[in-house]
Amino acid sequence: MFKHSVELDVSKCTGCTTCIRHCPTEAIRIREGRAVINDDRCIDCGECIRVCPNKAKKAMCSKFEHYTHYKWKIALPAPALYGQFDGLDDVDAVLQGLIDIGFDDVFEVASAAELVTEYTRLYLKTEGIKKPVISSACPAVVRLISLRYPYLRDNIMPILPPIEIAAMLARKKAKEEHPEFDDGDIGIFFISPCAAKVSYIRNGFGDYKSKIDVVVSLKDIYFMLMGVMKNETSPKVSSKAGMIGIAWASSGGEASAILNDKYLAADGIENINKVLDAIENGNIPQLEFVELNACPGGCVGGVMTIENPYIARTRLQSVRRYLPVSLNRLPSDMHYIPESVVCSSLPTYTPISRLSESFSESMRMMAEIQRIRETLPGIDCGACGSPSCRAFAEDIVRGTASLDKCCVLVNSPKTETEETQ
Amino acid sequence: MSESLTFHYDVDGEDFTSAGQASVQVKKNLRRLGIPPEIIRQVSIAMYEGEINMVIHAGGGKADVIVSEDKIEIILEDHGPGIADVELAMQEGYSTAPDSVRSLGFGAGMGLPNMKRYMDEMTIDSVVGKGTTIKMAVYLS
Repeated sequence: MFKHSVELDVSKCTGCTTCIRHCPTEAIRIREGRAVINDDRCIDCGECIRVCPNKAKKAMCSKFEHYTHYKWKIALPAPALYGQFDGLDDVDAVLQGLIDIGFDDVFEVASAAELVTEYTRLYLKTEGIKKPVISSACPAVVRLISLRYPYLRDNIMPILPPIEIAAMLARKKAKEEHPEFDDGDIGIFFISPCAAKVSYIRNGFGDYKSKIDVVVSLKDIYFMLMGVMKNETSPKVSSKAGMIGIAWASSGGEASAILNDKYLAADGIENINKVLDAIENGNIPQLEFVELNACPGGCVGGVMTIENPYIARTRLQSVRRYLPVSLNRLPSDMHYIPESVVCSSLPTYTPISRLSESFSESMRMMAEIQRIRETLPGIDCGACGSPSCRAFAEDIVRGTASLDKCCVLVNSPKTETEETQ
Repeated sequence: MSESLTFHYDVDGEDFTSAGQASVQVKKNLRRLGIPPEIIRQVSIAMYEGEINMVIHAGGGKADVIVSEDKIEIILEDHGPGIADVELAMQEGYSTAPDSVRSLGFGAGMGLPNMKRYMDEMTIDSVVGKGTTIKMAVYLS
């Protein structure tokens, strides 16, 4: 069973239907006046969290202060964190802040991202791979592909995302510097900008188990940092990421770093669906690499960030300005991708939208859906609890809704006129 | 099971940007029926090429996708100018698309050949000045 990270606060949900109409996979229904998420369909994109007017949806995260049993706590900040602070001109201030709030060390995801950029350049030169290569960094996109675009599964780059490589390197460094600690003493904390990464870390990637121990919300850490960063203690830690690593925080940063102009970067699920449909139909020839981010603007648009993604992006531009292009390069004689960063197990294709396992039963159900749909008003009001009249017809045929929930039909004067005729 | 299901789509000839919508809708419906991914892709590509053709050359038309136990048929019908030389039109790279369309990246002369490549059957019925009907099918087995 897939463990999701999107959680509903029942006391706040008013059953207002906003989320059902925004969910890109039609995973939500309103039942008994409350939102109910279908776990099989949810891709943890966080769209419902973003649009909920009552703040009833949130991403489940752990609290940093609950994990005191680790003797050596390492923070893995996503580069999106650096874009949250007004007037920040040195990333070191943020890293020092992480130490000041109680972490023992910091390993930047941006550093690992620069290595992934290097691996990507190598991977693109591999013969016989399916092009365009699709980035594996956004877990919501990977899950979307596994549910809806089985034909494109082999296009996903079989290299671990930056957070995993950061976790591996951080643990290795800790063990080298502190041989006195056992594995269980070392805690790797990822500071996440989004819900999808929380789910990904809980569930793994196909057969791959995440190397991250705890996921904390970027928002929570931000408020803790605000308390200590005012002190302006001179930083004792220094950033090991360049322009490329930090650029990964916003859409286009990862793709533009591959040194090849045949790339495409898209953000927002609706745009991503259009791009994936086009790739599947072969409409975008000669494309080498595709970067897709479920959140608008890229990771800076995650639901656990504070700042507007476009403002955060602008701030990152000033942070990046005086940095070297990249601080994490592979040795120049390294022409292969090490086995330790390869992730060959893809999530299996799950045909979630299939009506029935039997083809003839699916055909019968589809005919019934078409018949019911024609009787429905077609205004997609959502009052029945389904996102559209089409989805409502499907819910009726699947036996999870009943026609009398359509308030337009129930209140329609049509029956009267029929009687008088 | 002798029943078949028909999905009907009107292809709007006025709006270039909406071309491809029917192909996306078909894909969703075939997924609901549990059709294998490779066949869904074949149907989707053939539909997409057909839609584009109808928009570029014929000012729109209609598309019916008929799913039955053993095959999926696609019938594309338009009342456009018709195809003068079907054999020539089937050649890769041959196109009568205007420059305005080519500048958008369409009109490479691959539409009809692509449709044939992905389908198991394809017949073109065309009368100059009257219109074109293309019938295609892919087998389910």
